[in-house]
Order: sequence, then C-alpha cells, then structure tokens
Amino acid sequence: MRTLSQVWEIAWRSIVRTMRQPAQIIPNVTFPLLLLAINSNGLRAATHLPGFPTSSFLDFFIPIAFMQGALFASGTAGVDLARDIDNGFLNRLALTPMRGVALLLGQLGGAVALGTIQAAVYLGVGIAAGVRFETGAAGAALLFVLAVLIALGFGTLGVLLALRTGSGEAVQSSFPLLFFLLFLSSMNLPRNLISIDWFRDLATVNPVSYMIEAMRSLVIEGWNAQALALGFLFTVLMIALGLAGSALSLKTRMART
Amino acid sequence: MTSRRQVALALAYRQMTVLIKNPALFLPPMLFPLMSFLAFAGGLSRLSHVPGFRYEGGYTSFVFVFVLLQSAAFSGVFMGFNVARDFETGFARRLLIAVSHRSGLILGYALSALLRWATVAIVLTIVAVIAQMKIGGNGIDIVGMYTLAAFLNFAGVLWASGIALRLRSTQGAPLMQTPVFLALFLSPVYVPLDLLKGWIHNVATANPITYLLEAGRGFLSGNPVQVLLAFACGLGLAAFFGIWAFRGLRRAERAAG
Amino acid sequence: MRDQHGIQAESLVREYKGGIKAVDGIDLRIEPGEIYGFLGPNGAGKSTTVHMLTTLLPPTSGTARVAGFDIVKQGPQVRSAIGAALQEAALDPFLTGREHLRLQASLHGLSRDERKRRSTELLERVGLSLAADRKIKGYSGGMKRRLDLALALVHEPSTLFLDEPTTGLDPQSRTALWSEVARLAKGEGVTVFLTTQYLEEADVLADRVGIIHRGHIVAEGTPDELKAQIGRPTIEAVPADPDQREAIEELLLQFGTPTAGDPLSVSIRCESEADLADVIRALDAAGLHVAQIHMHEPTLDDVFLAKTGTSLEGAADEEELEAVSA
Repeated sequence: MRTLSQVWEIAWRSIVRTMRQPAQIIPNVTFPLLLLAINSNGLRAATHLPGFPTSSFLDFFIPIAFMQGALFASGTAGVDLARDIDNGFLNRLALTPMRGVALLLGQLGGAVALGTIQAAVYLGVGIAAGVRFETGAAGAALLFVLAVLIALGFGTLGVLLALRTGSGEAVQSSFPLLFFLLFLSSMNLPRNLISIDWFRDLATVNPVSYMIEAMRSLVIEGWNAQALALGFLFTVLMIALGLAGSALSLKTRMART
Repeated sequence: MTSRRQVALALAYRQMTVLIKNPALFLPPMLFPLMSFLAFAGGLSRLSHVPGFRYEGGYTSFVFVFVLLQSAAFSGVFMGFNVARDFETGFARRLLIAVSHRSGLILGYALSALLRWATVAIVLTIVAVIAQMKIGGNGIDIVGMYTLAAFLNFAGVLWASGIALRLRSTQGAPLMQTPVFLALFLSPVYVPLDLLKGWIHNVATANPITYLLEAGRGFLSGNPVQVLLAFACGLGLAAFFGIWAFRGLRRAERAAG
Repeated sequence: MRDQHGIQAESLVREYKGGIKAVDGIDLRIEPGEIYGFLGPNGAGKSTTVHMLTTLLPPTSGTARVAGFDIVKQGPQVRSAIGAALQEAALDPFLTGREHLRLQASLHGLSRDERKRRSTELLERVGLSLAADRKIKGYSGGMKRRLDLALALVHEPSTLFLDEPTTGLDPQSRTALWSEVARLAKGEGVTVFLTTQYLEEADVLADRVGIIHRGHIVAEGTPDELKAQIGRPTIEAVPADPDQREAIEELLLQFGTPTAGDPLSVSIRCESEADLADVIRALDAAGLHVAQIHMHEPTLDDVFLAKTGTSLEGAADEEELEAVSA
C-alpha cells in the first residue's frame, strides 16, 4: 500500500511537470498527426501497387502515429529522469524512504499517461478522418490497449537510457537510434512489397514490424490471431527486458545503503 | 576594424572547431538523412512500379535528391539551434559587442552551415553510390544539383537564424524545425508530382521546394527540367529569408542594447 | 527532533575508479546538538563525506554512525532520522514550492492532514508563504535554498546535513539562513553537519570546525582553539619602492619568521612582543618606505594556510586590525 502511494506520487509529479511544458507536448502530439496527414496522401499512390492490402493508405498508416507517439512519450520520460539524475533531484528522492520500484513505475506512469492521451487523440482523429476498423469497436479498443503497452515498453527503454547515461543530452541524442527501428520496419509498405532484399530482411527481424503489423491487422484485415500474438509477444518482451535492465541500472545509480 | 569577411571566417572557424571536438553534436544531423535515405530507398522502391511512375534514374536516385535537399535544409536549421544556444549562453552578446560588421555574423553562421552540410552530403553521396544509385547526368548537371541544394541550405540557415535572433532561446527549436519539415514533405517526396492527388497536389504545386526537387532529379538522371524556374526559386528563397534574418539581427541588436 | 546520538566516524574511506581516494581515512566525533563546520576548498572531499554519511554512497572502508544508526547496515533508519540539503538545491522548475513539500512529505509517509499542516508551517518559517504556489522557475537563489531547507525538515529530522548551503547567496539571504540553522541547533537540539568553503560561515556558525584537505582532516577544534594554535599575529608590508624589498625583508625578520602571503608584500609572523608601532619606527629609522602595512590577528584562513600550505580560495575578509599608509 505504501509503495502504491509512492508510485502515485512520483507518477503525479511526472505528469504534472510534463503537462506544464506545453511547448514539449504539443509538437510530440501533433508531429505524428502531421506525418499521418502528409504520408497518407503523399503515399496514396502505393495503394495502386498490385497486392497492396487496402485501398486506403490512411488505414494502412495510422498505426505509425501510435508508434511515434510512444517513442516521443518515452523520450520525454527518459530526458526528465536524466535531468533528475543530473541535477541531484534523484538524490533528494533517494533520501526519503522511497522504494526504487516506486521510482521506476512512477516515472513510467508518466510516460504511459502521456502515451494514453496521445493514443486517444490519434484514435479520435483517425476515426474522424475516416479510418474504419475491420474488427469494429472491439478491435479499436484492443489497438488502444496495445498502443498503451507499446508506450510502456518504449518508456522502459527511455528510463533505461536515462539511468545508464545520467545525461539528458545523451538520452536525446541516442533517441534517433530508436527511431531507426521504426524506419527500418514495415512502416511504409507491407513486407511482401518491399523489393530490396536486405531491407526486407531487416524489417523481418525487426520486432517493431510485428507491433505495427498487429495494430494494422486490426484496422485493415480483421481478427488475425498470429499477427496479434506476435505483436503482443514482442511488446511484452520489450517491457520485461526494459524493466529488468532498468532495475539493474537503478541499483548502481541509486547505490544508497 | 575587421571586415565582414573576416568576421564570417572567424565565426565559421569557431563553429567547426566546436563541432570537431563534440562528435555528439555531429551525429544526429548526419544520422537523420542517412536514415531517411535507407528507409525510403530500401523500403519504398516498389513504388516505382506504381502505374504512371516515370523517372529514368531509378527509385534510389529519385529518393536521393529528396534526401540531399532534406539534409541541406536541416543542416541549416541545426545551425539555427547553435545561434539560439549562443544567445542563451551569452556568447552571442559578446559577438555583437566585439564585431563591427554584425552582418558578418549571419554570414559566418551560414558558412558554418554550408561546411557542415558539405560533410553530410559527401557521406550521403558515398552511401548512395554504394547503394548503386544511377547517375545519368554529366559533371555540370551534378554541380547544378548540389548548387540547388546549397541554396536550400542557405535559405534554411537564414530562416532558422531569423527565428533564433528573434526568440534568443533554444525553446524556439520546434518553431525552426517544424515548418521546414512540413515544407519539405509537402512536395513530391515519394512519387512524381502528377501522381499526387487531391489537396496535397495543389499544395505541392505551389511549393517552391517542389521545383528544386524536380530540377535536381532531372539533373541527376541527365534530363534537366525547369532549370531556370528552380534556380529562381532557390535564389528567391535565399533572398527572402536573408531579409528575414537581417531584420532579426536588427531586433537582436536592439534587445542587446 | 532533539538528537541523542551525534555523529561518529572511524577511518572513513571512499575510493573512486582509478584509485583516487576522495576521502582518505576520516574520523569524526560530533556531539548531539552541535553545529560542525566542515571546511575545505572545492574537491577536498567534503561532498563525498556528506554522501557517505547520508547513505547515498557506500564507503569503501571504515564505519560511521549517524543518529545512532550504522550508515552501511541501517541505511533506511539513518535516512528517516536525517534531513539533507545537498549542493545545487535540486528542485523541479515546473513544480511549485508547496508541491515540492507535498511530494517530499508523502514520500516520508506523512498523512494528508500532517502534510498540509507541516507544509504551511515550514513555508511560514522559511518565509516562502507568499511564493508557495509559484513555480520554482521564478524563484531566486535564496528562495531555492530556503525551500531546500524546508524540504530537509519535513519529517522533523534530528540530524541535518547542509552541503554548502550558502554558496552563491547574497549576504542578506546568507545571514537569514545562518540564523535559522543556529535556531534549529540551539533551540531544538538538532545536530548540524555543515560543509562550507566560506571561512566566515564556519567562524560565525560552527561550534567546531574540521578542516579537510585532499581527503584528510588536517585540523579540528573550535574556531578559537584553531586560531590560538597559530598564535601570534601576522605583519604584511608592501614596499613603496620594489628596490627596497630586500632591505625591508631583512629588517622585518628581526621581528619574526617569514610566512606566505601576497606576492607583492613581505609577510612575517610576529615572534617578539613588538607591536606595529615598533616595526614602523624601525622602518623609519632605516629610511625604508612602505606603501601599506597591516597587522592582523590569526584567522581561519591563516589556520588553513598553516595546515595545508595553501590559502583557501574565496577566503572571508581579513580581520584588519590596523592599516597604516606610510
């Protein structure tokens, strides 16, 4: 019970401080929408390719907004935590009876809160712009859940980076690497339509492809058990590995006796 | 009395020294164009099979020109971040006091941006050649393509410096970046202009970057198109944002007292 | 709140990677309710010592007890008994003062009512009631330090650690902080461990002072005891004509032994019972002219100089007893 209230306090602070920096959130929320608007039109011609699975590129591309939103949310969480380490705020917290797990979960709570808000916005905008779910309302709800879990997963990576480097700048400059994972996935075309072999191979071994494809299947295919299982599996794996790594790094970072 | 040229050279020298000593600053501007190039050239090459897609150079060349322009514009924008940072740290104030020809400062930042972009362009070109990009144009065509990109680099640094000189804070970074990003992607990025449909076609037709892009693609494939219009667009952008930047400098001077 | 145990440390060592010993065998015996000033320049090992005593950093070897608890084996108990305001007043620029107190209080497990009462009381006490609901971004350096102190006191600790609490503060804020710290120790019996690089701060505030230099305590005692160890006053003369420097030096050596000081001046530590008037008469008789001549009683800076061979940067103003222009 004590730990829960600590988690809540840390999460509360993380959410409040994020919400008070609109200059930081607004681009994070709007950028994926802009890219969605541009690419769903700029790449519409791709739907004319033989074998393209849908006639609406918007339907095809909307999962990318959730992925980007998750990446941004985790970046914010990572940079915030790194600043706390850098300026000694973490030491202040370490001097209270706060448990390490409360710090981790609280900080992630902030990322998840932001990710949830973003997911709700993207879902709302998408549906308003004409996205139709083959799986109906249940599928939309499941996509929302997956999107929040993905935000949590990337959040653990952001926290891990922060704990390892302890520097906001380092977190910020290593973030492009996570975007790299998104770029080298089946984000723009289905894997079977990627004609360059090495790229298709990279996209095939890239777990991000399966997260995207799970969300995508809910929109354009209908219930696809295999796609969903793979998407959730890789997401849960990412969360587990990220949490384990963060917990280890926190031990060295917060070496209090 | 130092001449405008001396001021510009001294400032450019300092910027390059800072850069060489801090590879971390160098990486993101280098990484993003490479990422885009790999993702687009690798992931989207099937788009050249879309009915109506006509470009002699092949999809890799088609994408290369866009990424080259993107890297040019963003190298300019990143230099704008440096201008803002110099104001935050107080370094710019010292420059304003020390220098007699203050317009030399803007030229110095612009020269730094050009040098910085040149390194990115070289790496990008090498990667593209390794990726078996087809080069149809002769030497003059290729010089024409890089010159067009240099115009955009110049326009980019002037635009971002104009913002930096007005806001004098790195908080303005999204404001420098987002419009440039939009302007770039509201052009025929993935497919030729006549394959764009709907509002994006109209926007792209009115976008001067479209003409830089199409002329650049023409140069690379050896079939120059609309060359005069493209150079007029490049010059026009540079001149327009030149005025914008110099008026910003006047505002910064007044603020510095 | 009243401390019963004080602080004891034995052979405390902290070695960083590469074998650098930031703290190299420190012994401490601090009485309950005492204000102990830990004096030293940047990098002497002050903050490392504080981090070990506050359990944030495990010692490489040695032991210490704070408020009756072992810093290695009883970390949680130590933490609940101490309050600490560490360097750089680490605050979140986007939270208000009151929100900081709320966060701190709830992490310490205070009930909702207690939190409210305690926050209001502490904000009042450090003079931040009016600024309580403003974001930290707009606080001055002094306000941040005061909030930092309030945060350290939320759970009514019996021992207080203050790591350079007044660095960068204006004289007024500094004095206000001093009086609050003195009140806590004298009025409420809180043991205070204070690091500082300001001699004046140690002199005014501390009951006892330890001078730390390169990880070792090189002197310890009350400020008066330490100054008494140095004993006699110092005379410092600035020659009017640099050519006469040697002659002046020779003459001054009749009154005492040479000591380090301003490179432009000739400094001696007095050994005879002679006073400044005797020195001036002797200079006059020899036809030597000085631009300035001072005599001052030993300060903590002299103690520092004598014990470490270097002067403490940012030393407090010298207590000038006499200044004569010749």
